[in-house]
This record gives sequence, structure tokens and C-alpha cells, in this order.
Amino acid sequence: MVSTGRLALLGALWLFLLLFCTVPPALAQESPYFVAYDHYLEEPGNLEIEYFSTFGTQRGGNDFHAYWAEFEYGVTAWWTTEIYLDGQTTFNDSTVFTGFRWENRFRPLKHEHFINPIFYVEYEKKNGADKILKEGEGHDVESDFLVSNAEARKEHIHEIELKLILSSTFKGWNFTQNTLAAKNLSNSPWEFGYALGASRPLALKASAQRCTFCPQNFVAGVEMYGGLGDRRSFGLHDTAHYLAPVLAWNLPSGWALRVSPGFGLNDNSHQFLMRWGVSREITGFGSMVSRLFGGRK
Amino acid sequence: MKGTAAAFALCVCFLAVSVALAQGQNPGKPFTGAEPKYDPAVYDELQKAPKKARERANPLENDADAVAAGAILFEQHCAECHGKSAEGSRKAPSLRASEVQNATPGTLFWLLTNGVVRKKMPVWSKLPEPQRWQLVRYIKSLGVLAPAAAESPALKP
Repeated sequence: MVSTGRLALLGALWLFLLLFCTVPPALAQESPYFVAYDHYLEEPGNLEIEYFSTFGTQRGGNDFHAYWAEFEYGVTAWWTTEIYLDGQTTFNDSTVFTGFRWENRFRPLKHEHFINPIFYVEYEKKNGADKILKEGEGHDVESDFLVSNAEARKEHIHEIELKLILSSTFKGWNFTQNTLAAKNLSNSPWEFGYALGASRPLALKASAQRCTFCPQNFVAGVEMYGGLGDRRSFGLHDTAHYLAPVLAWNLPSGWALRVSPGFGLNDNSHQFLMRWGVSREITGFGSMVSRLFGGRK
Repeated sequence: MKGTAAAFALCVCFLAVSVALAQGQNPGKPFTGAEPKYDPAVYDELQKAPKKARERANPLENDADAVAAGAILFEQHCAECHGKSAEGSRKAPSLRASEVQNATPGTLFWLLTNGVVRKKMPVWSKLPEPQRWQLVRYIKSLGVLAPAAAESPALKP
């Protein structure tokens, strides 16, 4: 029997190819963050397809390569929804599908303010072999990853994750602060985490020429994230923290590339994480789907 | 097997929500005489700009490259909804209506910055300030388009 993971990944690949071949791209204007979120949502009706990788070192065990595909859709100007499919390969061990996530972000305020809140609600159905490190939470530490994939995937996790995103853009700089609370729906306490980010385009004015390498197409910054313990033992003890420079390159062709070397800040952290990603924004996805089902021409 | 079913159900839900919400949208197709014009009330949003914002002058008013740069930005970020020549579409109103063209640069900048998020216009503060001013220069350079001209085949994409 074909595994769930393979089915899901094949489905994602098929959808990606279908959309890539049939609908027009838009210039992406992506933030460079991998973990932190700013307050900008997907434009209504647009679909962004993204692929990300994380290579991580593992002391006392095997290094790993975790990856995920994201399908991000702008439902309205104040609501963005996303589906993630996650997997990982642990070297000298195996490759496994680790689960999916459904994420929603809501903008409660009508206008732009100095600080802009976004509410984030996510449901995760994953197994214990998940290694994408998309957030730092609770007492998650490097040694948790020493378990073999065969053993780790026996653990099934249903989790609700809430975030309050507070983001501000000032003189071209974006500053964002995310506070995270996650609850495994089994009998586990609430876990907490944080992410901070700062970034800026390399040039604020757009060029009067079409160009691929113009500085305004690059956004550089830094993000920091980690766990804050749980309800029973809140704080920094037995938590992992990372600092990562980030860089995004928004190509005029509609592609966006992102790269980020991350460094563990304490003994509980992986020493090095190398992340990269590629994404493409597709305009008018909502209209296209509408026409497929007999919507207005 | 349960996981497959859950993932499949989720995808179906995602598609259904997309379809439901997309019913009110359509590609950037210009107006024709057979189609209803956009409700003029959409331009009321411009009146909501605070006085201080309305009075802001465009710092790139004398920048020789601002219109050309703004044209590229418009094509990349705005044309999908507002039409290639800003003539409007079912998705978004014309930016060549007198209400827009007679608005002050500060008013247009304010609207770009804040969006009209309850009416599908996203917040564009993710574009740095100088780029928003470049867009304002370009939009203002287009001038008013008479309603009859909007039906010109030359303007159709």
C-alpha cells in the first residue's frame, strides 16, 4: 500500500505542477523570515506555493534534512489560510512523512497602526518524528531528536497552536514579535515560545528599470526564536534558542528565494541549522477555481 | 488510512472555501457597457483620510524616475485587480475616476498604506514608503478616463 505521506507529497507535487503550468505568477514581495511572522497577509484570491528545507546538525546522533510544502491562500484581505505538509530524512535512518498543519491568520484592525496585531490559529496533526523546527516551544531541546524515526513516529500529536503577532514597519524596517502558546490535545500542559524578527529591503526606492538584481528585490534581516517552557515550569531553563540571519530575493519572474543559516545559542540547541526555500505566488487562483465550477466569466 | 482521509477532507474543505469566496471575484477584466459600473460609494473611502494625511506632499513629486518606477510597481502589484491601465475591473474600481485623480497625493498614499481590508483592498505598507509614493506619482500621471473610453478595445488586455 502506498503510504499516506507519499500520497500527500505526490498530491502536493501534482497540484504545484498543475498551477505552475496553467496560471500566471505575480511578483512576490516576501518577508525573509522562516519562523517569525509579520503582519502582512496574502493578497485576496492569490495562492502562494512554497517549499522549505531545514538541514540540522545533531550531536550524538544523525544529522537530518526536514522539509515542508506550504499552500497559502488569501481568502480575504484580513484572513489568510495555509496548509502545510511536512516530512524529514534522518541520515543513516529513514525518510518519513511527519504530518500536516492547517494555519489561519486574522487581521483584526481595519487600518495600519504603529503596532499591528495578527491572531494566528493552527491545528497540527503530526508524529514525534517532526523535525522542521518551524517554531521554538516549551522544553523542546536537541536531545529530543536522538530517538530513531521508527520509534518517534509512533507518537501521534494533535496540537493547537495560538500566536499573537505584533508587527511594525518603520522607515523601511519591519520589526515583529510573536508570542506562542501551544497545547497538545492529549493531557499535556500549555507550552510557550517566542520569535523576534527585524528586516529591511536593501533599497527603499524602486528602480525605473526592470531588473533581477536590483537591491530593492532583496530583503535582509535577522530572526531569533526559542522556547519559554510550559505552564508548570515557565522560563528559560531546559529550552533551546536560535539566532538566524535571513535573506529573501524576490525575482521579477514571480519566484522568491529565501536562505537562512541559523545558530544555536545554548547547549540545548542544535549547533547549526541551514534553511532555504523557494516560493511562487499565483494571482487569481480564487477566480480560476470559481470559473472551473461555473462562476462568472 | 485515517490520516489519508483527514488530509483529503481538509483539501476538499480548502477548495470549497476557495470556491465559495471566489464567487464574488473575477479576473482583471475591464468594464464593458454590458456590465454594471462599480458602485461610486467605493470611493467614499478616500474621504476617510485624516486631514494630516491628505495634506502630505509627495516627496518624489520632482523625481524624474518616479513615474517609470511607479508604472513597473503598478504592473507588478496592482494591475491584476485594477486593470492594466488602471481602468478597473470586477475585482476593484477604476483608479482613473475623477474621485481618485482629484484626490491629493497624500490621500492616495494613505489609502495605499491602510488598504480597505473589509473590501478586499490589501494593506500595502509592505512596500517601502518611497515605493508607495512612486505608485502615487504613476497613478496621478494617468489622468481621468472618460467612461466611454473605458470600453475602448485598445485598453482591453
